[in-house]
Amino acid sequence: MPRSLQRWLPRTAYSVYILSMSIRHGLLALLEHGPRYGSQLRSEFESRTGATWPLNVGQVYTTLNRLERDGMVAQSGEDEAGHALYAITDTGRSELRSWFETPVDRSSPPRDELAIKLAMAVGAPGVDIRAVIQSQRHHTVNAMQDYTRLKAQALAAIESGGSQERDDVAWLLVLEQLIFQTEAEARWLDHCEVRLIRLAAAAGRETGTAAPPAPVTQAPAAAAGPRRPRPD
Amino acid sequence: MSERLSQQPQSSQPPVLQLQQLTRVHGSGATEVHALRGINLDVFPGELVAVMGPSGSGKSTLLTIAGGLDVPTSGRVIVENTDITTADRKTLAALRRRSIGYVFQDYNLIPALTAAENVALPRELDGVSARKARGEAVAALQEMELGHLADRFPDEMSGGQQQRVAIARALVGDRRLVLADEPTGALDSETGESVLALLRSRCDAGAAGILVTHEPRFAAWADRVVFLRDGAVVDQTVRSQADSLLSGQAAEL
Repeated sequence: MPRSLQRWLPRTAYSVYILSMSIRHGLLALLEHGPRYGSQLRSEFESRTGATWPLNVGQVYTTLNRLERDGMVAQSGEDEAGHALYAITDTGRSELRSWFETPVDRSSPPRDELAIKLAMAVGAPGVDIRAVIQSQRHHTVNAMQDYTRLKAQALAAIESGGSQERDDVAWLLVLEQLIFQTEAEARWLDHCEVRLIRLAAAAGRETGTAAPPAPVTQAPAAAAGPRRPRPD
Repeated sequence: MSERLSQQPQSSQPPVLQLQQLTRVHGSGATEVHALRGINLDVFPGELVAVMGPSGSGKSTLLTIAGGLDVPTSGRVIVENTDITTADRKTLAALRRRSIGYVFQDYNLIPALTAAENVALPRELDGVSARKARGEAVAALQEMELGHLADRFPDEMSGGQQQRVAIARALVGDRRLVLADEPTGALDSETGESVLALLRSRCDAGAAGILVTHEPRFAAWADRVVFLRDGAVVDQTVRSQADSLLSGQAAEL
């Protein structure tokens, strides 16, 4: 089995941990604009990120309690409607500053189901890996289409110069991150397919037999084998 | 498979372009290459369709045949209700001028003509008076927020500006089919986006477009993405509702 796979497996809780860390710092960043109450923090977090990572109020209060325990926020009275307000402390401010100054760790990749799936599909009996790739490509490109449409809407909102501009810009950045991420995935899928075709063709040449890569189910059988390069 | 391929967006209008059982074979005998193998594709007004696939999959062949620049080995190409595979030379030439617009990777503007003159040219070839053609060209440029470029020559414009002028030229007059072959290929990412945004807005305004690209980020501007491999459509995406996208499943990302 690929060694890289073993490296991923112990990281079960990693992505959960990352998400909880980003909620902590996200709330601190919002509190730096002034004291806020729980559901207000929730809606501001969601309007910045377009509800891409929805929070429930329970998560917000749990996080606030932990931040309070760690001395990063403190309760600061109530507003007129009786909501308990939280304010950032100096400790919280310095934690926030160091969050902005420190790059996000990418050296321990979270488990990626797709990478695992393709790794398992290599040589798996009865699995048409090109069909696995195509079905993922379909899904990924479809998601990109959706993000792109939302991005066009966000751009239009920014150009029309509404009062929510800061939220719109934040939302645009999040959307573009999703677009770049899905783009990287689509390119990687293309790359995997080309690599598999080349390897199969090379194996065919070595053994002197035609060893066609498994064609995608819907594609005609002639899809297999090396083809004469032709300008497209 | 053919049922899936005829899956179309809700549109009461007839398609601007229909490709039916299209095949194209280059060469013969041992060197025979099947560039297209039975393509079926309808493109409706208001629709932008992206065609993706590895090199050699037949993307460009599909586009040149759809535009009447090449002929299929078999099958039909119907543009605005006329089968261009059986049309006589004169009808075909008129159809290419009046119904079909091309956008190429390298813009193909005529260097000796200004932006407005370039856009006016296809109308003048159609027999429209020079003054009227010029008026239409300027109007088209203004509608696409390119009015300030009207009197510039191609070498006085950036690549992105030239490509946007080329889109204006492709859609001037009554033409509503635009065929774009890697229109962003020579542009940086940001400029490529602006070209796609213009193409998208022209389709939203009622044009029908085919975009050939190998860039998923540009294909994502389309309503449908058709995946071509070895001359056949293996799959295509269907437009979904963006509004529902980020509500439920987003947490799984």
